[in-house]
Amino acid sequence: MNTVTAPAEPRPAVPAKKSGGFTAAASNYIDERTSISTAVKELGRKIFPDHWSFLLGEVALYSFVIILLSGTFLTFFFDASMAEVHYDGSYVPLKGVEMSAAMASTLDISFDIRGGLLMRQVHHWAALLFVASIGLHMLRIFFTGAFRKPRELNWVIGFVLFILAMAEGFTGYSLPDDLLSGNGLRIIDGMVKGIPLIGTWTSFLLFGGEFPGTAIVGRLYSLHILLLPAIILVLIALHLLFVVVHKHTQYPGPGRTEQNVVGFPILPVYAAKAGGFFFIVFGVVMLIASLFTINPVWNYGPYDPSPVSAGTQPDWYIGFADGVLRLAPPHLDVVLFDHTFSFGILIPLTLVGVFIMLVLFYPFIEAWITGDKREHHILDRPRNAATRTAIGAAGVTFYAVLWAAASSDIIATHFKLTMEGVIHTLQVLLFLGPVIAYFIAKRTCLALQKKDRSIALHGYESGRIVRLPGGEYIEVHEPVDDFERWKLVSHESYQPLMIRPDSRGRITVAQRARAVLSRWFFEDRIDPITRAEIESSNHH
Amino acid sequence: MAQDGNSGTDIAAADSSSTGHGTEHAVGTAVVARDAVQNPGFPPHRARVTDLDPKKEKNAERTVYTLFYLSIVGSVLAIAAYMAFPIIPEDIGSVRMNNLMIGLGLALALLAIGIGAVHWGKALMHDQEGIDMRHPVRGSEDTRARAVEIFDEANRESGFGRRSLIRNSLIGALIAFPLPAIVLFRGLAPENENPVDLLKHTMWEAGDKLARDPSGLPIKASDVTIGSVFHVIPEKLASVGHSEGYLEEKAKAIVLLMRLKPEDLVEDEDKKDWSYDGIVAYSKVCTHVGCPVALYEQQTHHLLCPCHQSQFDVTNHCAVIFGPAARPLPQLPIAIDDEGYLIAQSDFREPVGPSFWERH
Ligand code: HEM
Ligand code: FES
Repeated sequence: MNTVTAPAEPRPAVPAKKSGGFTAAASNYIDERTSISTAVKELGRKIFPDHWSFLLGEVALYSFVIILLSGTFLTFFFDASMAEVHYDGSYVPLKGVEMSAAMASTLDISFDIRGGLLMRQVHHWAALLFVASIGLHMLRIFFTGAFRKPRELNWVIGFVLFILAMAEGFTGYSLPDDLLSGNGLRIIDGMVKGIPLIGTWTSFLLFGGEFPGTAIVGRLYSLHILLLPAIILVLIALHLLFVVVHKHTQYPGPGRTEQNVVGFPILPVYAAKAGGFFFIVFGVVMLIASLFTINPVWNYGPYDPSPVSAGTQPDWYIGFADGVLRLAPPHLDVVLFDHTFSFGILIPLTLVGVFIMLVLFYPFIEAWITGDKREHHILDRPRNAATRTAIGAAGVTFYAVLWAAASSDIIATHFKLTMEGVIHTLQVLLFLGPVIAYFIAKRTCLALQKKDRSIALHGYESGRIVRLPGGEYIEVHEPVDDFERWKLVSHESYQPLMIRPDSRGRITVAQRARAVLSRWFFEDRIDPITRAEIESSNHH
Repeated sequence: MAQDGNSGTDIAAADSSSTGHGTEHAVGTAVVARDAVQNPGFPPHRARVTDLDPKKEKNAERTVYTLFYLSIVGSVLAIAAYMAFPIIPEDIGSVRMNNLMIGLGLALALLAIGIGAVHWGKALMHDQEGIDMRHPVRGSEDTRARAVEIFDEANRESGFGRRSLIRNSLIGALIAFPLPAIVLFRGLAPENENPVDLLKHTMWEAGDKLARDPSGLPIKASDVTIGSVFHVIPEKLASVGHSEGYLEEKAKAIVLLMRLKPEDLVEDEDKKDWSYDGIVAYSKVCTHVGCPVALYEQQTHHLLCPCHQSQFDVTNHCAVIFGPAARPLPQLPIAIDDEGYLIAQSDFREPVGPSFWERH
């Protein structure tokens, strides 16, 4: 393939391949039937910028591949049936116990198939990593403004993937039909029933009759191994296609502009690093799976509606949904027009729904406020977009409080607090916490901007104190060179929008709203440094 | 200076202005400073030790191929572990060993490939960055004009815009044809049952003995001492097979039975005879979203749901005193039969479990 991808630049002569070698013949054979040389020409030397934070998306992709591999192995042994069997496998404490075939086959995978437990644990650990890496990847995109034009739609695709990943996780968690997974489904059933008008029937259709029924595991299985993975696969393909079309963003740095992308070509360096990184992620998951137990369903036993143990936790990514349920105040059923509205469920669901919608549409909201229609390929340093960063901090805090709420009982027992005290504190924090986080983050960003400004103009404080001939002490400042300084000064800022009447002399409500938001976003701003300022500081 | 295979652009010549590609877009409220600092261009390249010192290069090469060989060793070890550490029936220790040894072998195989490849890429491969030029994502003006033209032509040639009857009927047909598919999903639940009726009843009937969960042994009033708590199912549940709805019935019929000092109970007038001598029975299904309310605090007479910490006051008809639940746990009216066994007076008088739309 070397001859196909040789760069245009004169290089120390690459010895021309012997024509007639096997590789050449094979390449020729394939190219004449697929035009693959076009793809190699287009993509082989495509440039990818390097930064550790760009690896988060890769981790997500690789953990999905690991999940596909380990999950396919599991399908060969797992029996997604709720038919009742008497367990007769190797795990003595459960011998003879009645359970569903799903549970029994999960135990068989764990105790009677060599390497089966390993694959289950690889699958589950990779699932936890999958959701976690998508979440962190999303935070990276948010805080660096990588969702700006032209990437808004890719943000939406990515966020939908995040939701689907949680759905995949939940459906998978429910498959073994153990006590915890059945209890999780019980909670879903209760929530669904609380939805006005359609709730009762939705639950009835979902479970194929009354809870728990004998259908749900089979149905979740179809979703888990067929429908959801297919959708996820298509969306991942689309997501990556967009990355190719848009080309990757890059952090500000000397030589990097909105018109170029600087980094390593796919072949060979990026392929070696990214390909190698896949194996590292896989290896780490494998190591964790061989050392640490996850989801020991044999300890929980088969599903039974009666027993439950305190202090059990869902997988981490479901925590926020469990937490929000805990924070609802009591007595919120309302009977209106002879129908029951369970506001104790509706309010939390709405709160989470609104939060999800705000995240989903954030790129469009910000674009509307700034009115900026340009493409943005250079990432923002979070401090330079102070209000966005503060909003992100508020969002993270909101999520974190919900997440903490899912462990309210553990917090209470661990720190010897009352349950009531913990819940009331979290209820207050859910609304107050984001506000506090917002202000702290915003002030911190502005302070950092000021610091950058002073470094760019006056250099670093070197820590070296000298005494001037006049007896005065000063600290010596080391100047920054042009390359370092560029990172500090290369951003733009926005000003608050001035409302002007439109052509018919009116000021629309939308315009007014935009002005209010714009003022909120950009009121506190620190102007980026200009050439004149640098020149004048150089004369001192 | 490094060059890029696609565009052949020299890095040093990179343009450093930060707006537009000739096509000016609205900048919105962005402030485009006229004397913004200029991009200084690329800093000078710094060579790696492996570029400067042939010995280091040799070392790196050795590290990489050693790692790849090590990976082969890992794979072999994993296969060997599969055979050397079989699962011995009923021996949990052997399962652990099997898991650990196969896993460690595989982890070695994977990590060594990964670390080797990354090290190769970082230490040995050509390390000068290249650049690609970006182009606006939108198609060029020509392309866009041609796209519009194609649609126009297609429209003209098909009459899609002109023949509105054809167009509208087609749209209607396309909207209608998936509807049958939605209807088909009605089959997800049984045809001749109504969830509302089912949810309003449990299997408890007058005279049913209260029995222990899971043993199914009936309970005498005299067995229930003050402060004790029993997890209860209807005695007749034992005769329901798993394929006949055992779990579905159980999910609704589970009950908690407690005995308090009669003077501790604050009972409504109309429910006074629902308890027997300080013994009360309540649905164990949480009225929040349905978890079993499994924890009883003797001192305070509170029931606690472990799922979202709703608390119910047993002395006061299980009223909600904390947590997200909206309604008290429904009470099962009980009595005793001639032999002293506890029996149900009737089914629950209201639906058990989570609220639902048609509950009222
Ligand atoms: C992003 C996608 C996925 C996630 C997050 C995910 C997550 C999970 C989780 C958490 C479990 C419970 C495992 C346990 O501890 O027992 C599970 C079970 C299972 N998954 Fe997945 N999974 C995904 C995709 C897949 C795919 C694509 C397949 C098949 C091709 C698959 C096959 C299975 C099978 C057969 C089980 C049941 C086996 C058992 O419980 O031991 N999964 N999944
Ligand atoms: S199910 Fe009991 S508190 Fe939520």
